Amino acid sequence: MLGLARDEQEMLEGKEGPARQKAMELLVKYAEGLGADRFVDTNNATVIVGSIPDVKIVQKVVPSLDADEIASKFLLDSEETVVLDKVKAFTTTNATFRDQRYPELQRGGKPHCDLLQKMVDYLKRVGVIHLATCAPYQVGNIPMKGEHCAWTESSAVAFCNSVLGGRTNIEGLHSSFASAVTGKTPLWGMHLSENRLGKVIVDVEVDMELIRDWYLMGYYVGSQVGLDIPIYTHINRVPDLPRLMGLCAAGIASGSIVMFHIVGITPETPTLEAAGGNGKNLRVLKFGRKERGIAYERLNHSDSDDVDIVVLGCPHAGLDRMRAIAGMLEGKRIHKNARLYVTTCHPIKNTADKQGYTEMIAKAGGSVWEDSCGLVLAVDPSTVFACDSAKMANYLPGETGSKNIWFGTTEECIQAALTGKWRGEL
Amino acid sequence: MSKIVLRGRKINGGSAEGEALVTKESLGGFGCFDFDTGKVIDFGHELYGQNVSGKILVFRTGRGSSAWSIAHQALRFVGKSPKAYVTKESNPQTALGAVVAHVPAVTEFDQDPTEVISTGDWVKVDADRGLVEITKR
Repeated sequence: MLGLARDEQEMLEGKEGPARQKAMELLVKYAEGLGADRFVDTNNATVIVGSIPDVKIVQKVVPSLDADEIASKFLLDSEETVVLDKVKAFTTTNATFRDQRYPELQRGGKPHCDLLQKMVDYLKRVGVIHLATCAPYQVGNIPMKGEHCAWTESSAVAFCNSVLGGRTNIEGLHSSFASAVTGKTPLWGMHLSENRLGKVIVDVEVDMELIRDWYLMGYYVGSQVGLDIPIYTHINRVPDLPRLMGLCAAGIASGSIVMFHIVGITPETPTLEAAGGNGKNLRVLKFGRKERGIAYERLNHSDSDDVDIVVLGCPHAGLDRMRAIAGMLEGKRIHKNARLYVTTCHPIKNTADKQGYTEMIAKAGGSVWEDSCGLVLAVDPSTVFACDSAKMANYLPGETGSKNIWFGTTEECIQAALTGKWRGEL
Repeated sequence: MSKIVLRGRKINGGSAEGEALVTKESLGGFGCFDFDTGKVIDFGHELYGQNVSGKILVFRTGRGSSAWSIAHQALRFVGKSPKAYVTKESNPQTALGAVVAHVPAVTEFDQDPTEVISTGDWVKVDADRGLVEITKR
């Protein structure tokens, strides 16, 4: 049975205005759906405004495309249009999924780009900071251990819980915005210590040097564990940021891994026992050559090895990846039949611009995109994609209509861009 | 005609009846549906090519991205929603998705609904009481 604190009750009664009332109404229904007992205060939310449906659907519901009405219906699920002054929590935007410079290359064209710009302007008006990234921990939104958050974006949620020790469930656009508005999130799931223990031990038998293999491990294990939290053991390398980003992104693309432990590495896992590893009824899973191969085969499927588009930067490329990609392309030229996109957010692109990386990539014929995502490219369904992210490979068919996907290392993707041919292998 | 009753917990209230569409797999949101038809376009999913519109959708749980709720709300806006969700396990995606899709939803049953219910069975959902009645076909 859900109990409300006095301030929550007051918001629900409308004492803080209709916007906070609608947000609280939504959170109450959501918390009841979860089976939560109460709320907890949060001062850290991320809003995935880019996930708003295509402008044609939005326009059908809100013909005027008025930002307050769109926010009411699509962000707060309120039939009544409510006008918000300011959000309560520190809140940043997730990827908008559109680079405003290239409307014609992204699905929905200029009308959808304009819609998202309008929603970004709305969010800035109500006090949300526009980082525009699926990896906000790279650019200034960094949860601290134990901090209660209301985060969106699958891979960032896993990163917050697993790598940073922050506490968040996998929130949707509606719940994260309602949390931003009210400063409340249901005290349920990953917010509670007892739910953060591992349930499946993953015995890692392969060398984990390649970033690719962190994606493959997440992708395989994600398909095996359901909602259970895995504990990775016997990993022979200390992972860096891109490797952990890969593991986070893949495990929640093939499955629902909102948190994992790596013994000796992640903050709640000094030992196997600390992560619940001596608990009863723990399953043991193997990640060896065979399992890695299963994930690889599932991700690779194409009628042709002629590559049309190479997409890098999923999750959004950090400075390490920008440096690596620029270095691999220096003095080279992309094949005339291939296109190369590197996606990141504007704070990182601004740095890459000043550093000269954007120009190095452009000189080779590639393009650095800000705030967007390869999944929104407007393409013919016969397009052959190559990418270095299992999350990108997983979602490309559903989002673009193309079933021709190659997945491999960043180096193999760059080679594909330079030669127009896929030559990747496990 | 044999009838089976499953007892579970309400996620979102209301009642509905219709034909079941069942998957033992988890179901996505983002990139999962064609909004013109309600068909599943999640390549490689057990339900690929099947239409969720007007069905009692029986699945393991929600999976994948934070856009789950917006995808399921969008199905409502285009008139292609399932009539109800019956899930083996609940998670934030399914809970929020059911709330904003405005569909009755039940979870945490005495038996696994993805085992008991088959595609094509006639299913009555009384979410407020947590009851799901199945007429086998």
